[in-house]
Amino acid sequence: MGAEEQAEQAIALDLRGRVQALLDEHDPASSDPREFLAARFDAGLAWVHFPRGSGGLDLPRSFQSQVETELAAAGAPPGGGPHNGIGMGMAAPTIAAFGTAEQQRKFLRPLFTGEHFYCQLFSEPGAGSDLAGVSTRAVRDGDDWIVNGQKVWTSSAQKAQRAILVARTDPTVPKHQGLTYFVCDMTDSGVEVRPLRQITGEAEFNEVFLTDVRVPDANRLGPEGGGWKVATTTLNNERVAIGSMAGITRETGMISKVTGAWRAEPQLRNPAMHDELMRLWVEAEVARLTGLRLRQLLTAGQPGPEGAGMKVTFARLAQAISGFEIELHPESGLRYDDWTMRQPERVDFTGREPGYRYLRARGNSIEGGTSEILRNTIAERILGLPPEHRVDKDVAFKDLDKGAAR
Amino acid sequence: MTDLLYSDTEEALRDSVRRLFADRCPPESVMEAYGPAPHDFSDVWHALAADLGMAGLLVPEEFGGAGASAREAAVVMEEIGRAVAPVPFLSSAVLATVALLEAGDTETVKGLAAGSLTAALVLPLSTAPDDVVAGVGVSRDGLTGRVTSVAGVSEADVLVVPVAGPDGLELHTIPRDASGVAVSPVLTLDMTRPLANVQFSSAASSRVGTASADPAVRAALETGAALLASEQLGIAQWCFDTTLGYVKQRKQFGRAIGSYQAIKHRLADLWIEVNSATTAARYAAGTCARRDDDATIAAAVAQAYCSGVAVHAAEECVQLHGGIGMTWEYPAHLYLKRAKSDQLAFGTAYRHRARLADLVDLPVS
Repeated sequence: MGAEEQAEQAIALDLRGRVQALLDEHDPASSDPREFLAARFDAGLAWVHFPRGSGGLDLPRSFQSQVETELAAAGAPPGGGPHNGIGMGMAAPTIAAFGTAEQQRKFLRPLFTGEHFYCQLFSEPGAGSDLAGVSTRAVRDGDDWIVNGQKVWTSSAQKAQRAILVARTDPTVPKHQGLTYFVCDMTDSGVEVRPLRQITGEAEFNEVFLTDVRVPDANRLGPEGGGWKVATTTLNNERVAIGSMAGITRETGMISKVTGAWRAEPQLRNPAMHDELMRLWVEAEVARLTGLRLRQLLTAGQPGPEGAGMKVTFARLAQAISGFEIELHPESGLRYDDWTMRQPERVDFTGREPGYRYLRARGNSIEGGTSEILRNTIAERILGLPPEHRVDKDVAFKDLDKGAAR
Repeated sequence: MTDLLYSDTEEALRDSVRRLFADRCPPESVMEAYGPAPHDFSDVWHALAADLGMAGLLVPEEFGGAGASAREAAVVMEEIGRAVAPVPFLSSAVLATVALLEAGDTETVKGLAAGSLTAALVLPLSTAPDDVVAGVGVSRDGLTGRVTSVAGVSEADVLVVPVAGPDGLELHTIPRDASGVAVSPVLTLDMTRPLANVQFSSAASSRVGTASADPAVRAALETGAALLASEQLGIAQWCFDTTLGYVKQRKQFGRAIGSYQAIKHRLADLWIEVNSATTAARYAAGTCARRDDDATIAAAVAQAYCSGVAVHAAEECVQLHGGIGMTWEYPAHLYLKRAKSDQLAFGTAYRHRARLADLVDLPVS
């Protein structure tokens, strides 16, 4: 055995001991989930690759999966509390990458225990694909910033305690240079949340109106004017999160809906659809394996723009398969399960009925970066092709033609 | 889980094969395959097979081989695709070698591993792994029958022949220049993988092993299908890299054509496809190497997916080069012809999807 392998085994053994000690002191079956997660955080077992004191042990990222597996087997509650996807998947890695030691201590612990549920205040009516064009203003006032503006496509805003926020702090410089990134308190009285109904009938997103919301400068992540770089880290993590929904085991996700129906209902089968089914099956299987390969590539280090490719594939397949699924059911495909306006607790792209799945999948190529923008990202950032002609690049934000705000 | 990346050893092996092809068969030399007289590429094959020892990758060390696996052979196949190299690696070092090893041969494989012998498995290149192989007829006078569109025959010293024996399929070997063996090369869409018809007329052969040859032939075809995906990946990579380089440098309307979004998006999509093909090919090679239970499905998935990616990449290569992509002088057509022919080798994507349907229990009716 090489010295490197020996060292890895020693770490794995030490981690197993720490996990066991945590479980011995806090039996998941009888502990309050939030207390358990607080103890897990304090033991450095929240994210082992984060610094000590910030929920981690300064270990390589590859050891995290061992901890997750062992704790899940013991019935431990999920980190971040139930469905805190934006907190765990986007805010936490960003805070770890850009927060000061003090900010990490302040934000990561309540995020991990689920005390702070997170949402994301990025998109605006006038800044979708062109995220760097956000107009929400943050103006300095002593030790605080006063924030005014309107955000949109904010999932879970109605129940979030905190938000990651991109706002404009300097309109006199070109758009990318005048942005700053904050952690914002969603319980501030200036925050108003209105549900935004979508084509499925429900409202899983919100519009958020910010009126004189006070954010302490201590909640600024990264330097003033450095918000674009911070936001890019968040978005790369988001694409990996969405792209990895392709599933880890074979025939999970959207494809399982059509293979299940094909096997269970022989009367649906016809030869022309059969080849299309197998075509989709092959593509879904290759996408699954490509997700695993991306994971193998990422075991060390932050996700780069490579996740963009996975996300484009995921969206294309989800749309193709859910469209196929409706056609597979000649009569029930004509129906819909529920048009009432509701705010779902959590969103499952493969939940409910075929009609819902088909409509919801249209969003997959829009949310988290449209497929068109992601193709630009791949072409420019990975393939090194010339950037799009940008008329707004060297113009102060305040002097730009902003067009219609929709 | 299969390692879907490349090890340092595999990368080193790739470098040596790539250097050889860059040196010994650049595109202008490969083009000779389409000349009026048959061109002799045996020096390139000898350098790959014997000097670099690639012919023995799949042969165990006890028979003088490298005792490597399908993972390493897949890397060689990638480089063969990248160079459209006119070498009989697939027909000899994969198909014939696997068939002989599985049938229990211990002699011919030594020559194959050393690179002193080259062999070919006498089946149409289009034979799919689940095809029923009838085999040529046999009587006291020897082999009699005709097999069409066989790859690697002209380059071979030894023919490995599936034969319809009285008790089922047998595997025989026979020298290519034996009496009663007539080899007629045919004109092919892809001249870099020459095909020939083989006529046996009372040709005296030797039987390999005593068991049914069905499993050996099937193993050879399945390994061939799994590894062909890596050749298809290599073709796609060359086409992608070359096209990307071209659109950065070619200017029209005063700007690089790669600055137009219509072209950027096509290249982004192709990049995604090539990444996906890498995964599918790597998974097929990895499961084949380990004789994993999933190997049959993985080979069918890889063939169903990678064959189309290679053709798409080659077609994009021709299109995005504009007029130059259509010329005889520019090598894009070499890749297009190999990619389109590879789509038929070991069965089309349609065949592989139909086969998968059985394997994963999604019946057509």
